[in-house]
Amino acid sequence: MDSSANETLPNNVENKSARILPLVLKNVSYEKAGMRLIKDLSVTFNFGSLTVILGPNGAGKSLLLRLCHGLIKPSKGTVDWCGPKVSVPQRYQAMVFQRPVMLRRSVIANLSHSLKYRGINKAERTQKIDNILQHTGLSRLAKVPARLLSVGEQQRLAVARAWSLDPEVLFMDEPTAALDPAATHSLENIIGAIKKSGTKIIMSTHDLGQAKRLADEVLFLYRGRLLEQADASQFFKKPNNDLAQSFMRGELLWWNRQELKPPEQLKERRQK
Amino acid sequence: MEIGDAFAAAMALIINFESGLAEIVLLSLQVSIIAVAIACLIGLPIGAALAVFQFPGRTAIAVILNAMMGLPPVVVGLIVYLTLSRSGPLGTLGLLYTPTAMIIAQICLVTPIIAALTRQTTEDLWQEYAEHLRSIGIGPWRAVTTLLWDNRFSLITTILAGFGRASAEVGAVMIVGGNIDHVTRVMTTSIALETSKGDLALALGLGIILLALALSVNAAAFIINDAAMKRHG
Repeated sequence: MDSSANETLPNNVENKSARILPLVLKNVSYEKAGMRLIKDLSVTFNFGSLTVILGPNGAGKSLLLRLCHGLIKPSKGTVDWCGPKVSVPQRYQAMVFQRPVMLRRSVIANLSHSLKYRGINKAERTQKIDNILQHTGLSRLAKVPARLLSVGEQQRLAVARAWSLDPEVLFMDEPTAALDPAATHSLENIIGAIKKSGTKIIMSTHDLGQAKRLADEVLFLYRGRLLEQADASQFFKKPNNDLAQSFMRGELLWWNRQELKPPEQLKERRQK
Repeated sequence: MEIGDAFAAAMALIINFESGLAEIVLLSLQVSIIAVAIACLIGLPIGAALAVFQFPGRTAIAVILNAMMGLPPVVVGLIVYLTLSRSGPLGTLGLLYTPTAMIIAQICLVTPIIAALTRQTTEDLWQEYAEHLRSIGIGPWRAVTTLLWDNRFSLITTILAGFGRASAEVGAVMIVGGNIDHVTRVMTTSIALETSKGDLALALGLGIILLALALSVNAAAFIINDAAMKRHG
């Protein structure tokens, strides 16, 4: 590949405008086995910014991503894509999971598999794959069976595979949770490049440092409730929510259940 | 020693691979390979589909399939016999006592094995792949082809298990084939016949070939699987 192609990012920013965004969740609840795991959550995701979903384990970060992506259906409430191409929203989304799902095939075949099912012809596939391998530093591993890669390389491939689909929205569920700092760093660079290419990224993490490095917007989730949605700069300066404040201070959130209501309800109770 | 003599004669038969013996061995292979090939065409998609599709009665079908892995060959033989006999529903085809009848009987025996084992191994892989495939937007039928391809090495073991069953069974082919010399005589039926006639040399010779076949098939399965695991992880 020549040097001019090297400088072009896989997806051209100028060509991007909202096709399926904004994504609107209204009063979404998700129940499983009688447990309410997502509680009455309303949020809107807009085109452009990188949204980080923060919260401790079990907050419902992964569930929220899956609800947005359509992998699970909400028990109550609605998940709606409100852009012009909403008849086929799935086509403009991709997702990277916490544990990379590697097909029992080579790196190239892993990439080409999903492109093929998105109806991309062979010539274009080859070109896209070359391009994406370069931008994710996987070129020298192209022919290696994906399952023999290190975890870091596997996750990079998973991200490359999702990116190659040229999604408008890319969901990532704690993509660096299992990675060491070096692998995390290289993946964060790729995430930055994907954002620059004009893809809306919605990712979850419980790594505050990562959220600070990447986020434009932060959602703070705790026990299935959305406690705060704020611009990253504002959130990291001083979050409004008291639980978010203690999360930011690195405190362990194991307060008793009574105090786990949203702040408004707490205030009401105190007033009574 | 009679057994010693019989064994020596059997080895001589095998080494010379005389035409009578060769004919029997080749017909056995032909019947079982065709039966397994057709059973694969039916059993692989059914097994993988059972792993992927969610529908009422899915568990019941899985249980029945598992139970059918142990179908008694003589019973299958009997049912196929009744179906193909002159007065049976497919009697007009005139298939009874032909190699085709034997192939049909073996298909009935092998398909449940292949379908049940395919379902088991595919289900494990589906658990792993499901979210990713659904995320890409792949429909269930395309998921089935992806799973079958990615599972190909453990499916080889499955297919060879089916082949082992087909080539080793005697009850079904005996009933529907009739063990007719030069027409439907295969290894297992002639072992049964020659043993009862007292021609231990031929019976032993065929027995040794059958054992060697089973051994090499299993060795091949093991080697392929092992190599694939090392290569593909």
